Amino acid sequence: MFEYHFNFTFVWRHFNRLTWGLVLSLELALLSILIGMAIGLVLALAYTDFGKPVRALIAAYVEFIRNVPLLLLIYLVFYGIPSIGGFAYDATTSFVMTLSLYAGAHLVEVFRAGFDAVPKGIVDAGKAIGLTPWQRLVHVRLPTVFRITLPSLSNAYISLFKDTSLAAVIAVPELMHNAQWINSNSFRVLEVYAVLTPMYVVTGWIILMALRLIERRLVIHVPR
Amino acid sequence: MAASPLVRARGVVKRFGKNTVLDGVDLDVAKGEVVVIIGASGSGKTTLLRCINLLETYDEGSITVDGTEIGFRDGAGGGRRRRSERELAPIRADIGMVFQHFNLFPHLTAAQNVMLGLTKVRGMAKAEARKLAEQWLSRVGLAEKFESLPSQLSGGQQQRVGIARAVAMGPKVLLLDEITSALDPELVGEVLSVVQQLAREGMTMIVVTHEMTFARDVGSRVVFMDGGRIAAQGSPNDVLVNPTQERLKSFLARIEFRQH
Repeated sequence: MFEYHFNFTFVWRHFNRLTWGLVLSLELALLSILIGMAIGLVLALAYTDFGKPVRALIAAYVEFIRNVPLLLLIYLVFYGIPSIGGFAYDATTSFVMTLSLYAGAHLVEVFRAGFDAVPKGIVDAGKAIGLTPWQRLVHVRLPTVFRITLPSLSNAYISLFKDTSLAAVIAVPELMHNAQWINSNSFRVLEVYAVLTPMYVVTGWIILMALRLIERRLVIHVPR
Repeated sequence: MAASPLVRARGVVKRFGKNTVLDGVDLDVAKGEVVVIIGASGSGKTTLLRCINLLETYDEGSITVDGTEIGFRDGAGGGRRRRSERELAPIRADIGMVFQHFNLFPHLTAAQNVMLGLTKVRGMAKAEARKLAEQWLSRVGLAEKFESLPSQLSGGQQQRVGIARAVAMGPKVLLLDEITSALDPELVGEVLSVVQQLAREGMTMIVVTHEMTFARDVGSRVVFMDGGRIAAQGSPNDVLVNPTQERLKSFLARIEFRQH
């Protein structure tokens, strides 16, 4: 049997790199889901309320993003767009753009299903009391869609949080990247990953519990 | 009749594809009248009701409420054009509607359901709207339920919120679309007694219903629809108790059979 002597000294010495990495990971996920939600909502609404050409464009965007591996998408945005556009931007901005586009494509589908699930009757009720189309959107359709889609949004947020680890490949100083920095300076790979894994698991679990709490307060029974 | 009718329908035609649902309907409803529309399912009664606040568009004819043409406005060059949803909003605000399936806003409490139209459409301040909402909810017997979500209310309670929501807007006419059909039998009474009270206070109402006793007790006129047309109309007594028309007789016979 081979024996391995664990040595965490180097990991603990640089633990604040992991802490700050985790904070950045959470920020990346939060920013991406906010921008992604905006993209998803606007496109889902356009899809529901506009004609065929708009629908085709949105479907093309969704299918493209869904069928390109996220890792490739990260490279495409980080290396591809600056070489074509002739400008440079920092890795973090590039990654937030990528993850937002990625989240947006998935959330279009979520919100589309949400808009379809709004009972026609409550939209009629909004019309009957004299709400304008915009007021019906703001006060009737969106609050209902948000509550219907909340469980899917929670899942999306957890996924995005984990996907931020891919930002390591373009040297965004998030959790995974900082872990790798400790690796290459200490060669204590096993120790680093032994600390890294519970950091992802526990954080993910805490996020999930927090979101479940919000869901329980907000999710409503929508009659059909 | 001296005064012009509050609601006037003339030659209203509605088609769903090849199917003609309304086939030239004429109907006048005077202020303070309670007109009860009866008829078999598919006779067009709900469609007619939904045309009056343009939840359904009509293809031909005209419907006016208090002199305002609902479906169309005069277009440039003499023709008529369909009204946009934005134009319709203030018109619909004056036409109350209560729905078969209540259709309460599920994310809002009973009080908020009533307040939404008051604040957003009538432009009332929140406190004022709140007061009015509480008044109406109390009047329909829901003084204990201001903060309840629709999912926490029984069907009969939900429907009474639906009535409060419609009536609080101060509509010129109230449209009731089979408002007891989705209720358990023991909850029908509490809803109908609210409507009865409104009728006594002079609220103009157009009521689609299967409750024949209610039609007889509350209706100032009963209209029988058959095949997208008005086939018979008159006082509740003439139409329900002493019908002369064959189709009406057989319809009433079937209803009687179902009720006993």
